[in-house]
Amino acid sequence: MTADAGTYLYAVAGDSGTPVPEGLTGVAGTPVRAVRASGLVAYVSTVSLDEFGEEPLSRSMEDLDWLDATARAHHHVVEAVAAESPAVPVRLVTVYSGDEQVLALLEERGDDFGEALSRVAGRREWGVKVYAEPDDQAAEPAEQGGGAATGPGAAYLKRRQAGLRSREEAWRRAAARAERVHDVLASIAVASRRHRAQDPQLSGRKEWMVLNGAYLVDDDRAEEFARAVDDLRAQGGELELTGPWAPYSFATLDEGVAP
Amino acid sequence: MSFEQSRGDLLAREGRLPSERVALVDLLDRLLAGGVVVSGDLVLSIADIDLVRISIHALITSIRDD
Repeated sequence: MTADAGTYLYAVAGDSGTPVPEGLTGVAGTPVRAVRASGLVAYVSTVSLDEFGEEPLSRSMEDLDWLDATARAHHHVVEAVAAESPAVPVRLVTVYSGDEQVLALLEERGDDFGEALSRVAGRREWGVKVYAEPDDQAAEPAEQGGGAATGPGAAYLKRRQAGLRSREEAWRRAAARAERVHDVLASIAVASRRHRAQDPQLSGRKEWMVLNGAYLVDDDRAEEFARAVDDLRAQGGELELTGPWAPYSFATLDEGVAP
Repeated sequence: MSFEQSRGDLLAREGRLPSERVALVDLLDRLLAGGVVVSGDLVLSIADIDLVRISIHALITSIRDD
């Protein structure tokens, strides 16, 4: 419609002078460009504010198809860039009014980006999720409403209480196990972080997710990390390994807002 | 452990897990709770939307669509 365009920022890396990978496209199929300053390169593309302005975003971020396509496009650029050299990924849908603002960012925060880059260089992120099966009987949903406390009702209540206790007990065991898994993996990693457990409706799994961990691991310890995951899995329970990821969960600027 | 899972782990370990196989929910954990947050006046817009909110809205929408 109009010239209302913004600059979408994907990631920042050290500028080694390498060109942007040929044909690399980002969100909404836009071509990815480089903005260079202070020895850094910001990977960006020009987007329409009709789609990436604050107001349209507040709607489309809740459209799962749009979000899926946009998140994957963002991820694709980050992966392509991180494959070439250490890169600091930027949060989804970070849009500036123009390239000048990105240039100013690189100039003003150059040192912070430099430090962030040195924290992730030679390291990659791995994800480990631990699931626990709730006790089936205890998992029966409680009946709503219900009549008077008759004989069968009292018996039901008793069963229900026992069920709740065993469910609580199962939860405690699963949580303790998650702590152990996290401690072992964190001891191999240079940094670790626990994401919020995923909504069962999003993950598509009814089991409890008791750990949703992210681990930043030195590349030369990746094998050791994978072996530790195997060993932990062999001790029982379900562990899911994802990655390697670009260091999304460990990309922070020092004085930046903590996630 | 299923064959599919062990194969996925193997690919992951070799760093060859194709990005199409990345689950959206795992990606969103990282893209909405991770990545550098550049605060300040320069930014026009930034994701500040809770995953829980997304799940609720998106699910309601997808259920309606079905």
